[in-house]
Amino acid sequence: MSTLAHVFEAAGLHTVVLGSNRMVAEKMLPPRTLYCEFPLGRPLGIPNDHHFQRSVLTAALTLIETATEPTIVDYPTVIQAETEALSCSMPPRFDPDLHPAVDEANGLRKAYDRGLARRGHTSVGRVIDADGVAAALLALDRIANGTDWLEAGLPNTDPISTVHDLRAYYEEAALELVDGPTPGGRAAEEWFYEKTEAGAVTMTARRAMRSAQAPRAFWYYMAPGHRR
Amino acid sequence: MTTGDQQMRDFAGNLAMPTFDSTAFNGRRAVKDATVSIVTTAAIHRPDDAAFAHDETSYRTLDRSDRAFTLGHWSPNFDKSGFLADLNVVYPIDRLEELAADGVIGAVAPRHLSFAGNQPDDVATIRVDSGPAAAAQLKSDGVDVVILTPV
Repeated sequence: MSTLAHVFEAAGLHTVVLGSNRMVAEKMLPPRTLYCEFPLGRPLGIPNDHHFQRSVLTAALTLIETATEPTIVDYPTVIQAETEALSCSMPPRFDPDLHPAVDEANGLRKAYDRGLARRGHTSVGRVIDADGVAAALLALDRIANGTDWLEAGLPNTDPISTVHDLRAYYEEAALELVDGPTPGGRAAEEWFYEKTEAGAVTMTARRAMRSAQAPRAFWYYMAPGHRR
Repeated sequence: MTTGDQQMRDFAGNLAMPTFDSTAFNGRRAVKDATVSIVTTAAIHRPDDAAFAHDETSYRTLDRSDRAFTLGHWSPNFDKSGFLADLNVVYPIDRLEELAADGVIGAVAPRHLSFAGNQPDDVATIRVDSGPAAAAQLKSDGVDVVILTPV
């Protein structure tokens, strides 16, 4: 992003970056940076808070009008990511003959479908659609239990894309089940990896791939880097 | 406790990154008569557009009227639920429309751009190819000011 600011400014445009990493801004020094210490993934700070979002944009545009040299300014409000998982109703165990993660995913299907109907589109679909969730979970479970990741029946040879779709399915469903305001940054991530059967299977499969010395690029990004 | 965000900021801040001998800087500019565009590096795209490849250096064009987007960024290391709840927390197109309606800015650009923030370390293609092409497209649309948003 800072590179684009350099390129655009050199082409004659006036640019301002809503920076999410002060260290990067200091090293790359784009023309104007409003450093916004908000949860990563939320550069305008707060979902559905029009007043707050507008105040961020106004502060950014003020730099266009006032800065006389390459500048980094801190937006005065800091918002930290959530450390607690979001809280939502979970489907009860329904079919004891199914793997717990598959039973759980099936139970979330109506919530996922509601979200899809409301938005009209979904981020699930990199390699599977919602109908492929159960098979993907079972493939991860086989990896978790020692099957070579290339022989486990994943939809392709990229576990990262499979997990992307699983996590999108779960997070889109969860937001339909949450009462009140949108949960804080990373609360949905914490919920998926720490509170769901699917997250547990994902992390066990990731650790199994690491132990089996699978290429790092194929297991590391199955979860955020700080998760072990 | 080191949070996920803090760990990612430390990690990204210590990666190899391109350097610039100097910073181009075009001075001050009033925004009340400026045409403003948003350029995001969130890799958002229309559902019927081609998805971003994991190392893609090109960009997608977002029409001013578009609101249905998929988040195509490959990194698992940032929150995606905010975007699911409100497009504007990543791509503040409705806020920009409001600023134009209130006369704070001159106009909203007819087209906006989306890149993928996960780029090769030297970002060479963006520096010499897709970045200048994007700048030319923005200028052809009469854009004066660009607001860049990450994820």
